[in-house]
Amino acid sequence: MAIIRIPTPLRPYTNGQSELTVAGETVGQVLENLVQQYPALRTHIFNENGELRPFVNLFIGENNVNDLQGVATPVEDNDRILLIPSIAGG
Amino acid sequence: MKTLVLAAELLQELSSYLEGAYPEEGAGFLLGKTEEELGRVQALFPLPNAREAEARSNRFLLTPQDYVVAELHAEQSGLEILGVFHSHPDCPNTPSEFDRQWALPHLVYLITTVSQGKAANHRAWMLREDRSAFDEITLELSTRPPFLSTTHSVGQLTNP
Repeated sequence: MAIIRIPTPLRPYTNGQSELTVAGETVGQVLENLVQQYPALRTHIFNENGELRPFVNLFIGENNVNDLQGVATPVEDNDRILLIPSIAGG
Repeated sequence: MKTLVLAAELLQELSSYLEGAYPEEGAGFLLGKTEEELGRVQALFPLPNAREAEARSNRFLLTPQDYVVAELHAEQSGLEILGVFHSHPDCPNTPSEFDRQWALPHLVYLITTVSQGKAANHRAWMLREDRSAFDEITLELSTRPPFLSTTHSVGQLTNP
C-alpha cells in the first residue's frame, strides 16, 4: 500500500483528505485504484483518452516518475507518491 | 467561490508586475482566505514564467516546485492558495482553450489584459466541475488594505 498526497484543489473530491493509502504495485495501478475509490477525481486526473492530464506531476520522494518508468514505476509498501500540479495557460 | 475580493493596492501591484512582464505573459499565485462563497486575496506570490523564451508571449508555466514553494509560503502565513493570476498581452482576458485544458478545479483564474504595456482589464474565472468551460465570478475591489502585507518579493517581482 502506497500513500498518495492530494493537492488542495483536488481535496474536495477526496472528502477533504490530504493523504490516502491506496493499493497498487505501480504508480499507474495506484492512480487507477485511487479514482475507483473517488470517482469524481477521474475527470481531473485523466483526460478523455485515459491519459494523465498535463498538469499532473507525480513524485516518489524527490524523483519525478517521468524520470523513472512513468506510470509503470514500481511502488513499494509505504512509498509516498506526491501529486503536485504545475500551473499553465496562455 | 462566487466572489473574489482584492484590495486596490494589491491590484496595483499585480498590474505593475504584469506590465513589467509585457510583452510576455506574467503569472503567479493569489494567496488568501475563503469565507463561504467569498475569496479574499491577502497576498500575491508572483513567479517567473518558466516557459521557454520563445513561448512566453502567449504561454506561462508555474512548475511543481513553484507550487510547493507557494503552498509552503501560504501555510506559514496562515493563508491558502486561492488561485492564479496571469496576463494576456494584447489579447482579451477570457480563458483560452489552452487555459481550460490545464486548469485545476476550485482555483480562481484571474486574467488581465495588458494592452500596449498597460494593464487594462481584469476578470476572474473558475473551471466548471465537468471541465467543459469556465464561469466568470465577481471581482470586487476593496479600498480596505489587505489584512496581511505578505506579498512575496524575494527578487521575484523582477521578471526574468
